[in-house]
Amino acid sequence: MKPFNVFPYDSNIPFMRMRWVSLIVAALIMFVGIGAMATKGFNFALDFTGGVGIELRFQKAPDVDDIRTRLTRAGYENAQVQTFGTGTDLLVRLQDKPREQVAHDAPNAATGSIAQDVRRIVSSPDNPAEVRSSAQISAQVGKELALNGVYALLFVIFGFLIYISFRFEWKFAVAAIITTLHDVVVVAGWFALTGHEFDLTVLAGVLSVMGYSINDTIVVFDRVRENFRGMRAPPYEVLNKSINQTLSRTVITSAVAFLTVMALYLYGGGSLRGMAESQMIGIIIGTLSSIFVACPLLMWLGVSKQDLLPKARDEAALARRP
Amino acid sequence: MLEYARWKYIVILLVLALSAVYALPNLFPQDPSVQVTANRGSTVDDALRKRIDATLKQINVAPKAVEISKDGNLLVRLRDPNVQIRTADAIRDTLGSDYVVALNLASTVPDWLRRIGAGPMLLGLDLQGGVHFLMQVDQQAALAKRFEATAEDVRVLLRENRVAYTAVERRPDNAIVTTLATNADPAKARDLIAKNLPTLLVEDADVPNQIVLRVPQAELNRVATEAIEQNVSTLRNRINELGVAEPIIQRQGTDRVVVQLPGVQDTAQAKRILGATATLEFRGVYEGGDIQDALTTGNVPPDARLFYTRGGPDARPSPVLLKKRVIVSGEQLVGAQSTRSPDDGSPAVSIQLNGPGGQRMFDYSSENVNKGLAVVYIERIPEVKLVDGKEVRSTRVKEEVISIANIREALGKNFQTSGLDSPKDAADLALLLRAGALAAPMEFVDERTVGPSLGAENVDRGLTAVLYAFGFTLVFFLFYYRMFGLITCIALLMNLLMVVAVMSILGATLTLPGLAGIALTVGMSVDANVLINERIREELRAGMPPLGAIKEGYERAAGTIADANITAMLAGVALFAFGTGPVKGFAVALIVGILTSMYTAVSVSRGIATLMYGKRRKLKTLAV
Repeated sequence: MKPFNVFPYDSNIPFMRMRWVSLIVAALIMFVGIGAMATKGFNFALDFTGGVGIELRFQKAPDVDDIRTRLTRAGYENAQVQTFGTGTDLLVRLQDKPREQVAHDAPNAATGSIAQDVRRIVSSPDNPAEVRSSAQISAQVGKELALNGVYALLFVIFGFLIYISFRFEWKFAVAAIITTLHDVVVVAGWFALTGHEFDLTVLAGVLSVMGYSINDTIVVFDRVRENFRGMRAPPYEVLNKSINQTLSRTVITSAVAFLTVMALYLYGGGSLRGMAESQMIGIIIGTLSSIFVACPLLMWLGVSKQDLLPKARDEAALARRP
Repeated sequence: MLEYARWKYIVILLVLALSAVYALPNLFPQDPSVQVTANRGSTVDDALRKRIDATLKQINVAPKAVEISKDGNLLVRLRDPNVQIRTADAIRDTLGSDYVVALNLASTVPDWLRRIGAGPMLLGLDLQGGVHFLMQVDQQAALAKRFEATAEDVRVLLRENRVAYTAVERRPDNAIVTTLATNADPAKARDLIAKNLPTLLVEDADVPNQIVLRVPQAELNRVATEAIEQNVSTLRNRINELGVAEPIIQRQGTDRVVVQLPGVQDTAQAKRILGATATLEFRGVYEGGDIQDALTTGNVPPDARLFYTRGGPDARPSPVLLKKRVIVSGEQLVGAQSTRSPDDGSPAVSIQLNGPGGQRMFDYSSENVNKGLAVVYIERIPEVKLVDGKEVRSTRVKEEVISIANIREALGKNFQTSGLDSPKDAADLALLLRAGALAAPMEFVDERTVGPSLGAENVDRGLTAVLYAFGFTLVFFLFYYRMFGLITCIALLMNLLMVVAVMSILGATLTLPGLAGIALTVGMSVDANVLINERIREELRAGMPPLGAIKEGYERAAGTIADANITAMLAGVALFAFGTGPVKGFAVALIVGILTSMYTAVSVSRGIATLMYGKRRKLKTLAV
C-alpha cells in the first residue's frame, strides 16, 4: 500500500527562483497591514480602553433601538448596544463610568453596581434580562495591559534573537525574526482592516502565533543547516532543496494545527472566537512565510557554508557521522 | 533489531501511572453545597446538624449529605445547583450571626487520592462564575497620614522642651520643615530631634531658623508596604464575614489588591462589605457596677455600657461593663506591632497614638493607674435585605471587646499592652488593631462578573472545542500515517493525560483560554510526531531498511524538535510573565503542553514503535 502524500517526495519546486516575487508580495501584504493599523487603528476592546461592558441575556429577542432609548433616558448617554451571538444576547458598552471611591472613614461607602442598574433599566415585565457577565475597567489598567503586551512582544523578539544566534548564526536569527514579525504585523493588520474587536485573548493569540511561526521557520532552517554540512552545492540550491524536503511536514503540521484552531473557532463560543481567528490567520501566514519568505531572506543576507562551519566542535561531530 | 532500554519503558509506565492517578480527581464532579462555619464562640455539633436538618425539611430540600468535616465545618451537599442559594438563605436566616454560611463546591474526590496530594484543577472565575475586583490602594494617603504623625511628633518634642517654633509643616517634596521662633536655638532643636527621633534625617535649610527633616526612603517604603498589607488583612477579615468559601485575596504589584469571590453574584453587596468601615475605641473598665444585675435586669449604671468580649474557638463571649467615655478612638491610632515586654519578656503589643490621642491617653491613665483599659473593636456593616420585594438598607454595628489590660503607669502616645498569653496572641491583637480600618483609601479599578450560567456554558464549550480538536487530529493521523498514525495517537492521548496531571499537581487554575491552550497544544504537539514520521518516510525513500529508517527518523528529528519547541516555548513564557488572569491560564497550558509533548513524541512513541517492530528482523515495509 502506497503511503498518502500531499507532495511527491522528490518535489523540486523552484521556490528560490521566484524569491524576489515572493519577497515583494510579502512586503506588500505587510505594508497593507501597517497601513491599516496606521489609518484605521484597532477596534480595542474594553480590556484596553477601559469602560463598562455588560452582557445581557433576554428571555426573547429584544428591540435594540428601544433598549438604546431607555438607556439614554436613564442617563446613560453614548451607550453602545449591539447583539451578541444569538438574538437574545445583547452587549452594552458604556464609556467614562463615574469613579467610585471607598473612603476609609465614610460610614456608608455603599455603591450600587452599574450592571444591576442597567439590567433594571432594560428589563421589562414580559422580557426580563439576566446579567451574563459584566466588566468595569479603568482606563489606567487598560493602558498597563497594552504596555504589558508590548513588553511581551519585545521579550519574545529578544529571546528568539539570542536563542537562534546561539544555536544557529546571526543571519538565521535575523531572517527568522523578520519572518515572524511579518506574520505578527499581518495578523494585527487583519484585525485593524476588518475592525474586529481586539481584546486580551486576541493579544494572547497573536503572541502564540509568534511561537507557531518561529517553530515553522526553525524546522526549515534546521534542515538548511544540515544540508549545508552534508551537501556540496551553492547556497541557492541548498536552500531550495531544504524547503522542498520540509514542505510535506510544514503543510501537514499546519493543516492539523489549523484544524484544532478551527475547532476552537467553531465550538469555543464568543469569547474564544477572536483568539481562534488570530491563530487561524497566523497559521496560514506563518506557513506561507516559512516557505516563501524565510529562505529568500536568508539568501538575501548572504548565508554561506562558512557561516556554519568554523565551529570545531561541529566538524568533529560531522566526522563521526557514517 | 531495534533496541530501547528497559529502564526507559519503566519510566514510561511510571509516568503513565502517575499521570493517570493525578489526572483522576478531575473526573469527580463537585457537589454544589452550603458550608457552615462557626463564628466566634459558637460550635459545630450534632445539635446544629439537627437544626439544619429541620430547616432543610421546612424548605423541602433533600440534601445529598450533611456532614461535619475534619476542620470543624458543616457541609450540606446538594443534588441540584439551583437550590443552592435558596438553601443557603434559609440556613442563614435560621442560624443568625453566630455562623458564617457560604456557598461552596465540595469535592467528591475520595480520601485516598487526597492523601497523596491529588486534587482537581481549580476552575477560574470564567468557568465557575463569580466576581473579580482589582482595587487600587491610595499610597499617597497612607504616606500623608504618616507625615502628619511625624510632624506632630516634632511639635510635641519642641513644645515639651520649650523650644519656640512658629510652624512644622510638610512640604510637597516630602520634607518636614520646622520654622523656629527667632529667639530659639536651632542647634538645641537639632540635637533634640536627632536624639529623640533618630529615624529622621536632619538637613540644613537656606533660612537660618529653619530645619528641614526628611523621612528616609526605606521608611517610606515600609509605610507603603504596611499600608497595602493592612488593607489586604482588613479585606480578608471582611470577606470572611461575607461568607465566601474560597476567596482569593492577593497583593498585585506595589499598590493593587486582587479580590476574587467565586460564586458571588451581587457585586453591590460585595462592594458594600469590602468598603465597610471598622474602628477601635479605648475605654476604661467601669468598676463597681454589678454585672449580673446589669445582665438580668438591664440596670446599667448611667455612665457605663454593657459590652461583650470576643469569643474564640474555646471561649464564649463574656459580658463586661465599660465606661461610656471614649478615651481614644481608632483614627488616633498610628500603628501597632507585636513585640516583647522589656520588663518581663512576655508577649506584648506596642501601640502608637498620634499627638492628641497620646495626650488624652496620658490624662486618663495617670489618674487611673492599676485600673482596667479595654479595646473595643467596632465594625459597621451595611446590609441590604429584601423585605416584601423591596430593598431595605440598614447598617449593622458590631462591637466587641478584643482586649482588657491593666494600666500600670501613666501612658503616653507610645505604650505597650503586655502579659498576653502567647506571641501568636500578640501578633493577632496587633493585626486586629491594625486591621480595624483600611490604612489607605481604595478604589475599585477593575471589576468583572461572570454569571453562573455563562460559567457552565463556558465549561461546556471549552470541553467541546478540546474534544473536536482532538478528534480532528486523531482521525487525520490514522488516515495519513496508518500504523505510525496509531502510535502518534497513543502518544497524543498520553500527552493530554500528562498535561491535565501536571496542571492539577501545579494547582493551576483552569480558565477558558486555558482550555483553548490545551486544544492548541494538541495542534502544536503533533508537530514533533509529524517531524519524526516524515523523517522516517524520507529515510525509507533514501533506501534505508525499515528498522534503520525508524532509528534514524527518531534520532535525526530529535534535534529539530528541541530547537523548534524551545523557541515556541519562549512565546509561552512571555505570555505567562506579562499576561494577567485568564491569559496566564492559557500560557500555563501552552508551556506544560510543549514540555510534555516533547517527552511523549520523542520517548513514548519511540518506545511503542520499538515494541511493535523491534523484534521483526525480516520487516519489509512500514505502514507509515
